[in-house]
Amino acid sequence: MTEHGKNKGSVTIVLFSGDMDKAIAAFVIATAAASMGMSVNIFFTFWGLNAIKKEGGIIKGQNWMQKMMNIMNYGHAKKLALSKMNMLGMGPAMLKIMMSKKKVPSLHEFIQTAHAMRVKFYPCEMSMNVMGLKKEDFIDECQDVIGAVSYLSIAKESEVNLFI
Amino acid sequence: MSQRTVHKTIDATGLLCPMPSVKTALAFEQMELGQILEVITDDPVSKRDLPAWAQNTGNELLEIKEEDKTIKIYLRKA
Repeated sequence: MTEHGKNKGSVTIVLFSGDMDKAIAAFVIATAAASMGMSVNIFFTFWGLNAIKKEGGIIKGQNWMQKMMNIMNYGHAKKLALSKMNMLGMGPAMLKIMMSKKKVPSLHEFIQTAHAMRVKFYPCEMSMNVMGLKKEDFIDECQDVIGAVSYLSIAKESEVNLFI
Repeated sequence: MSQRTVHKTIDATGLLCPMPSVKTALAFEQMELGQILEVITDDPVSKRDLPAWAQNTGNELLEIKEEDKTIKIYLRKA
């Protein structure tokens, strides 16, 4: 897909939300764009970082506030809440069943597919610093940790820019 | 048209957007220029999405066949 990626355009998505439904929307667009030969970048910031966190390691961070925030904000691709009708986790559980009945991939599967299609994942440096997260806390599919300027330099070359 | 040589078939039956396009793109990666891919799907949206996919990727849409709910889409890698 990168072989004809240069002239097929580019999509850059900022995933700010850590909600499962919004993350899936981002990955549906990302994988569809990659299938069209577009080069796709996803910049994960703030709550959106949860989508690319590794499973496990509930206590992260250097000070008590970071630790408390990371415990309360624990999540990864298989454990994210819904933006509506979360119902203490019943909502995501039911949505996962409904999606698998329709053979729609789970968020975890979407991430694997996107990576296989050379979609690039960039964690945001500033959010990571504030929350006390390290590169090792994220899945190996991630590219370099970048900042807003690097994101903008990618975004201004992209024809499609989305903030989710 | 019935004499066409199909080099690869993918069964996307039951799959919804964006998976038929994703599977088509992944299958094309393994194929040579000029080879023909048959995509079997029952998703009516594929009748719009796969021609759009072909147009955007510079590949060629050859034919769309419908038998009951089964849709067969033939694409040539260009």
